[in-house]
Amino acid sequence: MRKRASIITGVIATLLASSAYAVETGKDIAFNRSKGNCLACHSMPTLPDAEQPGESGPPLIAMLARFPDRAVLRAKIWDATATNSGSFMPPMGKHQVLTEAEIDKVVDFLYGL
Amino acid sequence: MKKIAKQTYIALAGLSVLMGTVSASAGPEEDRLKLVAHFKNKFPDLKFDDYIYSALAFDPDAKAQYNSIMEFPPYTSELDKGAKLWKTPLKSGKTYADCLPNGGKMIAGNYPIFDDAKGKVVTLEDTINDCRVANGEEAYQIGDDKTLGLISAYMRTLSDGMKMNIKVEGAGALKAYEDGKRTFYGRVGQLNFSCGNCHVDNAGVRIRSELLSPVIGQATHWPAFRGGDKLTTLQERYKGCQYDVRHTPDKPGSTRYNNLEYFHSYLSNGLEMKASVFRK
Ligand code: HEC
Ligand code: HEC
Repeated sequence: MRKRASIITGVIATLLASSAYAVETGKDIAFNRSKGNCLACHSMPTLPDAEQPGESGPPLIAMLARFPDRAVLRAKIWDATATNSGSFMPPMGKHQVLTEAEIDKVVDFLYGL
Repeated sequence: MKKIAKQTYIALAGLSVLMGTVSASAGPEEDRLKLVAHFKNKFPDLKFDDYIYSALAFDPDAKAQYNSIMEFPPYTSELDKGAKLWKTPLKSGKTYADCLPNGGKMIAGNYPIFDDAKGKVVTLEDTINDCRVANGEEAYQIGDDKTLGLISAYMRTLSDGMKMNIKVEGAGALKAYEDGKRTFYGRVGQLNFSCGNCHVDNAGVRIRSELLSPVIGQATHWPAFRGGDKLTTLQERYKGCQYDVRHTPDKPGSTRYNNLEYFHSYLSNGLEMKASVFRK
């Protein structure tokens, strides 16, 4: 009985892990309301499916031109309050809203905007 | 002689402590006027009296929709239930109207009050409960929408048109106000938001499709009926916002929420009340 339960749990865990792995692109993480939720505050003018964006933060566009240094952009996402103590933007890395790996994916995604 | 000198010294010390407090934190009225000026500067076309509409004041279409819903509110039968509870005599034979100041009319804008004898903030819901206990009944659970919520939904309509008039007088009251202020402006939780981040700094701004309302005026129209007939008290709204931003909400009636309601309501002083309105 116990053995069966643990096999089932194992299968479910594998399924969850693999589906999460397959689904979670940088874009997904950025769009997901319970993850990055970047659209709550930023528009992404080059993406037609970035619908109903909020307007509190600047539009995320031309990232490569504006953030030639990847470390600077990553640091902004990791903790916007480090360079702007009053920033409204949640400190995605510092407060573990996103994992380090998720932040890397989001940064990759931003450079495509 | 020596005694007088000592007394003078004590008086002076007291005075400097007092002045210290005054300069360290501006009083409630300075806080309020500063916010009124902040919003006036940000939204020069928005009339002071229109802050009672919260986010609707920024969105003419939503406001028009609100106006038409308010002509035939979908929750009238809930208010009727509240009226019935309000009029039902308590065990002593007295009614709530007998027990409350001015028969319970045009008083809601004075609440919450700071009760010096009790040493704490007392909300209108607490006062209704005190009335029950004094007349042989048991207190209702704070946050029970089927009883206390309905009574307050009806009772507060008896103060429609009254201007909010919260008083912060004396050291205890100021302490409670300051505690509420800390809750309002403190950035907490995983997303690192304070109430003020949204309802002061970003008022009038859209988060996704939601327009953020300014803090002044927010306390004038509770309970609200959301999405049809879901009664929502002001403290339940606090809970909702805290839940949305991944804070740990309190139970309605906690000291923290009562102090927050005290501070928050003070900021709506001078604005007209209209209870039991529609909110989506
Ligand atoms: C609650 C609102 C909010 C959320 C959610 C949010 N941001 Fe921000 N963001 C801001 C604000 C406001 C600023 C501007 C102030 C600042 O730079 O700190 C900003 C600034 C930025 C900047 C700098 C932009 C520039 O042009 O200087 C980047 C890049 C950024 N955000 C990316 C993101 C990403 C990616 C996400 C999602 C993972 C995100 N933000 C989520 C509010 C938000
Ligand atoms: C991330 C942003 C955010 C934060 C932080 C936040 N709220 Fe809200 N709040 C909202 C949104 C969105 C609404 C619905 C639109 C509106 O009326 O502002 C709302 C609505 C309200 C309302 C109802 C306004 C009305 O008239 O219907 C009150 C009252 C309120 N919030 C109080 C608070 C308090 C107190 C806090 C802190 C405990 C808080 N909020 C924190 C976003 C926020």
